[in-house]
Amino acid sequence: MIDYTKYLRISKFPLIWCAGCGNGIVLKSILRAIDKIGWPKDQVCTVSGIGCSSRTPGYVDFNTLHTTHGRAIAFATGVKMAKPELHVIVVTGDGDATAIGGNHYIHAARRNIDLTVVIFNNNIYGMTGGQVSPTTPMGMKASTAPFGSVEPSFNISGLAQAAGASFVARGTVYHVFQLDKLIERALLKRGFSVVEVLTPCPTAYGRRNRLGTGVDMIRWQKEHTISVQEAAKLSPEQLNDKIVTGVFTDVDRPEYLETYQALIDSLRRKASLS
Amino acid sequence: MGKETVMQRNNGPRVEVMTGNDACAEGALAAGLTFFAGYPITPSSEIAEILSYRLPHLGGKFIQMEDEIGAMGAVIGASLAGAKAMTATSGPGFSLKQENIGFAAMAEVPCVVVDVQRGGPSTGLPTLPAQMDVMQARWGTHGDHEIIALCPYSVRETFDLTVRAFNLAERYRTPVILLMDEIVAHVNEKVVLPEPDEIEVYERKLPNCPPEEFLPYKFTEDDIPPMASYGTGYRFHVTGLCHDETGFPTNDPVQIDRLIRRLNRKISRHRDDIVQVAEEQLDGAEIGVVAYGATARAARRAVRLAREEAIPAGLLRPLVLWPFPDKEVRALAERVSALIVAELNMGQVAHEVEWAVCGKVPVHRVNRVDGEPIPPEHILQAIREVAR
Repeated sequence: MIDYTKYLRISKFPLIWCAGCGNGIVLKSILRAIDKIGWPKDQVCTVSGIGCSSRTPGYVDFNTLHTTHGRAIAFATGVKMAKPELHVIVVTGDGDATAIGGNHYIHAARRNIDLTVVIFNNNIYGMTGGQVSPTTPMGMKASTAPFGSVEPSFNISGLAQAAGASFVARGTVYHVFQLDKLIERALLKRGFSVVEVLTPCPTAYGRRNRLGTGVDMIRWQKEHTISVQEAAKLSPEQLNDKIVTGVFTDVDRPEYLETYQALIDSLRRKASLS
Repeated sequence: MGKETVMQRNNGPRVEVMTGNDACAEGALAAGLTFFAGYPITPSSEIAEILSYRLPHLGGKFIQMEDEIGAMGAVIGASLAGAKAMTATSGPGFSLKQENIGFAAMAEVPCVVVDVQRGGPSTGLPTLPAQMDVMQARWGTHGDHEIIALCPYSVRETFDLTVRAFNLAERYRTPVILLMDEIVAHVNEKVVLPEPDEIEVYERKLPNCPPEEFLPYKFTEDDIPPMASYGTGYRFHVTGLCHDETGFPTNDPVQIDRLIRRLNRKISRHRDDIVQVAEEQLDGAEIGVVAYGATARAARRAVRLAREEAIPAGLLRPLVLWPFPDKEVRALAERVSALIVAELNMGQVAHEVEWAVCGKVPVHRVNRVDGEPIPPEHILQAIREVAR
């Protein structure tokens, strides 16, 4: 059991998150992963955009930055480039990262810059009152999709894989021991790493779609998720109502800042020789 | 070192032929630039191109981001991590950056935003001169805050004002806009650059208290709080939300009022330190011409030609457009019988001049919005008409 108070700005409590929200579980999972790795607080920087999940930096005693909507990864890119020794963690939501911030998300993955992005995916815009998100499943209701969403949804993890991320995984707040490990692996991975975390929003999403309480929604996660390994044995039809969790990608690719530093070093070497 | 200069070859004075965009890049490096993020857009792209070459040679970093918004975000992130950071763009890109420029104003993050103006609205005139972003520089973001915008008229002045832009950004913890135009950006001029030891460089004020006592938005005598960098032992929170001295969000009307008034006051009360104007032939002048940027080059010539015709005209040239040099313009209005404002827009600064002189003297306008520069003859003609 870790001493969470070591990492939290207790004076900022109580949290703004609703009863039944899964965000607190993700927050604790991140803290356990950092504690296990043992990074000093001064060397950690958390960056967020706008939304419920993006209030996370306010609660943690690191170097923290709460930016404009969708731009967390862009701000984080600047922090990391100016001070590569910082461990930069982006905490963001599905709307923030893949709608308004979708461009930064795929390009950071393409560059393979050493950031870890933890995406709190609750399938909805929670803070602004339940509008449809790029991850709201087709047919599900939102305040701007009163007849059910008519758009197919994004596969957040698939997007990062296709764009070139080094590490991509999906977890849920029900499978919390697995989540700790996924976040720890993502943090330690050199390169762009993503952990998509399914987290319930009973207030803005569950209520409108009659999915019950936060507990009911977490129970749904237990019943509908399946591991990557199990999924490999099933047909597409059998996977229809399932959500796959686990590690999708874990590869070693050239990391952007290492490549850039190698360029600096070679230019300076040449200059000193001439 | 990167581009070899005449100075480095000959060890003599730094005499070079360069453009305004070259001078901007060199001025930024002289001021201590270590990070540039940008997105290509004409007529500013050469600044990014030069720095993509120069920065890695000097151990700094350049990144071409996926868009202008991301570039502005990266600049702010880098500045918070301790870098002197800059981006460069043009009209449409400047519009895209505005939300994050507002963030930099609110979160008091020093950075320099170069806007090499082009015609608008919209994509407008990519390769032709205009001065249409004066008001965008002042009022482009939402919310109520002061801004600093500098406006060079020559290549050498671009170098100097780029250095000054960094110094003002660091001094006042604020984004500073360098408003260039296509003519200054692309004209080739002979310049003698100052020696490095002649260049005054200001570094941001760091906290000297223990980390546990650090308040990132502390109310100080001069209204400018000392600033720590991420990763130096001072862990602090930065947000674009209204915040108190600790940096954390607040809805307390007293705290909000204090913050917004201080953000405005920290620049407005130091306006005498920031505002800079150049005067030419104003002794005994009866007609005052106000012009800035490339248009001031034509205005200088027009004023000289007018003097040759025995018309007592003189030039007031603002190097700083925001805060607006209202006192200086008003003082000029006390001495002349008429003012002429020449600019490549529909009268953005003329409006500000009228406001400043408050009907004391008539304000005539010379405007051009067809993508062509104002020739000296147009301004001379206006001087003659006013003199008649």
